[in-house]
Amino acid sequence: MEKLRRTMLYVPGNNAGMVKDAHIYRSDSVMFDLEDSVSINEKDSARLLIFNALRTLDYEGIETVVRINGLDTPFGLDDIKAMVRARPDIIRIPKADSADDIKEVEAIIEAEEKLAGLESGSIKLMAAIEGPLGVINAYSIATASKRLVGIALGAEDYVTNMKTKRYADGMEILFARSQIVTAARAAGIYALDTVYSDINNEEGFINEVKLIKQLGFDGKSVISPRQITPVHRIYTPEQKEIDFALRVIEAIHEAEEHGSGVISLDGKMVDKPIVDRAERVLAMAKASGIMVHEDDI
Amino acid sequence: MAKNAANREIPLSLPGFENIKPFEGAFENTPLVRRDKGVRNVPKLNKLIDTVEQAVIKAGLEDGMTISFHHHFRNGDYILNMVLDVISNLGIKNLTLASSSLTAAHTPLIEHIKNGVVTQIYTSGLRGELGEFISNGNMENPVLIHSHGGRARNIETGTIKIDVAFLGVPSSDVYGNSNGYTGKSACGSLGYAKVDAEFAEKVVLITDFLVEYPNTPFSIHQDQVDYIVKVDSVGDPEGISTGATRMTKNPRDLLIARNAAEVVFASGYFEDGFSIQTGSGGASLATTKHLREEMIKRGIKASFALGGITSQMVKLHEEGLIRRLLDTQSFDLDAVKSIGNNRYHTEISASYYANPLNKGCAVNKLNVVILSALEIDTEFNVNVITGSDGVLRGASGGHSDTAVGSGLSIIVAPLIRGRTATVVDKVQTIITPGETVDVLVTDRGIAVNPRRKDILNRLKATALPLYTIEELKEKAQRVAGTPETIEFEEKIVALIEYRDGTIIDVIRQVKS
Repeated sequence: MEKLRRTMLYVPGNNAGMVKDAHIYRSDSVMFDLEDSVSINEKDSARLLIFNALRTLDYEGIETVVRINGLDTPFGLDDIKAMVRARPDIIRIPKADSADDIKEVEAIIEAEEKLAGLESGSIKLMAAIEGPLGVINAYSIATASKRLVGIALGAEDYVTNMKTKRYADGMEILFARSQIVTAARAAGIYALDTVYSDINNEEGFINEVKLIKQLGFDGKSVISPRQITPVHRIYTPEQKEIDFALRVIEAIHEAEEHGSGVISLDGKMVDKPIVDRAERVLAMAKASGIMVHEDDI
Repeated sequence: MAKNAANREIPLSLPGFENIKPFEGAFENTPLVRRDKGVRNVPKLNKLIDTVEQAVIKAGLEDGMTISFHHHFRNGDYILNMVLDVISNLGIKNLTLASSSLTAAHTPLIEHIKNGVVTQIYTSGLRGELGEFISNGNMENPVLIHSHGGRARNIETGTIKIDVAFLGVPSSDVYGNSNGYTGKSACGSLGYAKVDAEFAEKVVLITDFLVEYPNTPFSIHQDQVDYIVKVDSVGDPEGISTGATRMTKNPRDLLIARNAAEVVFASGYFEDGFSIQTGSGGASLATTKHLREEMIKRGIKASFALGGITSQMVKLHEEGLIRRLLDTQSFDLDAVKSIGNNRYHTEISASYYANPLNKGCAVNKLNVVILSALEIDTEFNVNVITGSDGVLRGASGGHSDTAVGSGLSIIVAPLIRGRTATVVDKVQTIITPGETVDVLVTDRGIAVNPRRKDILNRLKATALPLYTIEELKEKAQRVAGTPETIEFEEKIVALIEYRDGTIIDVIRQVKS
């Protein structure tokens, strides 16, 4: 089944209480932040805390992501060295402007994996695109490394660089969103949307999530556990979609039983996009806690 | 034959009436009936006494007697300290204090223990400096901790015989009809005080709001009351009740609440006409929000909500989702207003609420209760009274009463609180025995008491994260470790009385 990445919960890397409980809200991924939410004088202690958390605690299958500091800072290299040994699922690179930014990090990871005697390639990468240049280079970034599983929009820096600010309707970042989601799809990786920072505006948040789902994003970074359920709810397929998907799968099973190469449902041909969509709908339904009894079909 | 006061010949004995008492005059045998009948322009009869001191003297309080108070004024209570200061000044000593509970407002009681005014305490709870004082072994006799239902039983059966009850009331008339929802010190239900008013030898009301006779509807009534004292203030309104109890924004509480609500939905008890009680903790309150949404979705209504009533419950009642409210304690200002305004928001006494030996208490009719815990062990025993340092800092309350009375008792608690595990091998102090606890809902998983196979089977059909309680304990210990054992002295500082009057546990003096 395709891995769901509807929600990635930001957890400040210097907050031990939040780090130990990061997974209990059942976001699809948790992202421990060593970058913007950690002040300069706490960079070391946050790195050490996340290192030990990842080595000690059981995150019960929730995907772990660490956002490192950029290599243009004094902390980026040490972050990578520590995290390669701490073994999160994914290292997230901030402020990616070009494919070289990805390749540089990849080369260091590669070397550190060797030094630590670890299997090469087991740590995946994710990149945040946070500026106009990154948006322009979105496709080359998305295809820069085999380790790269997704690209994300970081809108706050982007709108500042664009000489604008965030608006409720999101028109100012429509191009960036479209470019990123298209690049991700072209590269066959995940597309993740930026954060919504007004956590008490539930209605505005819901509208934004509906919009990014419509655009085709896989999910969104969230900054509060309270934002998880609304995203999952919006990404939860409706019952009629589930019913249809189950019938598609049933039709496939029937075709297989009869040794038929052509699958049809209600007199219409079921082609690969429809099968893919059906599988995705069922995966979403299961991940959302809806009991799908495939045995019933 | 004898001539009575009305000049009639009355026999002193007849078959079946061996002890006939001739009439002696209209006022001879009824001291409270006013003798000025027929005289115009005299003050109406009242029971007003000028000062608390005079009331103490008139009530005949002596060394060694038992006095009682209620805790409806919570952290804002002025009454207990006010009365004990007066008693202390009068030189009366060696009293038993039978308060329905003691709160953070009652730190000054320490001085009256030290000076020998109070030598014995019965209460539901102990907190703050007073709790520490008791836990440090500073009282010769151990404190008896009872549940709300257990206290009512103790009083009704005479195990606790109250000589004088000093009951603060937010409003009263001059004859003793009083209620809890009018006046500047409104506290809502007077459920605990009702028991004292009914069974105490002498009842002294203390109020800051005298109203015209008759003060109806009343909670405590004129036929129960001996004396009334008007004072400037019975309590600090800020401490008596908060405004609306706010819905928590703490994501952990919200997570626990959602899981608890899901347990209720799947339990089989969530059907039209169900009944529920929730505590006042964040997770408990937030559960109400989920209940509301699901009740609307499924089109079902609750027959009643019980216990400490909150603004959330009032809201559901006013929306028609909960048909009746049975209120022994009003938790916030919305509940206080509602008990005055809503016809079917009914005040009940602590005995009606939870006395296990009366002819029927409300907890027995309860389907679901959601309760909190400081600690719970792998036998499902619950501690709500002693902290992780072994010091008294909580209250028995209605915990054990509702756990055993309800069809489904759910404990909500974070798996790790601060740096200590909530699920442990053995709780420090047992308030509620594990055999009466059905489900534990934490932020990291749910455990069902193996005794409740029916509930377990129902929950297995859901996506809820189920574990055994041992697994939850291990999860907690993996993160928080196992704390060092707390060291205690031999001396027993408190007895924990189960609601039936037996002793379920003891609390020892903490080692300093």
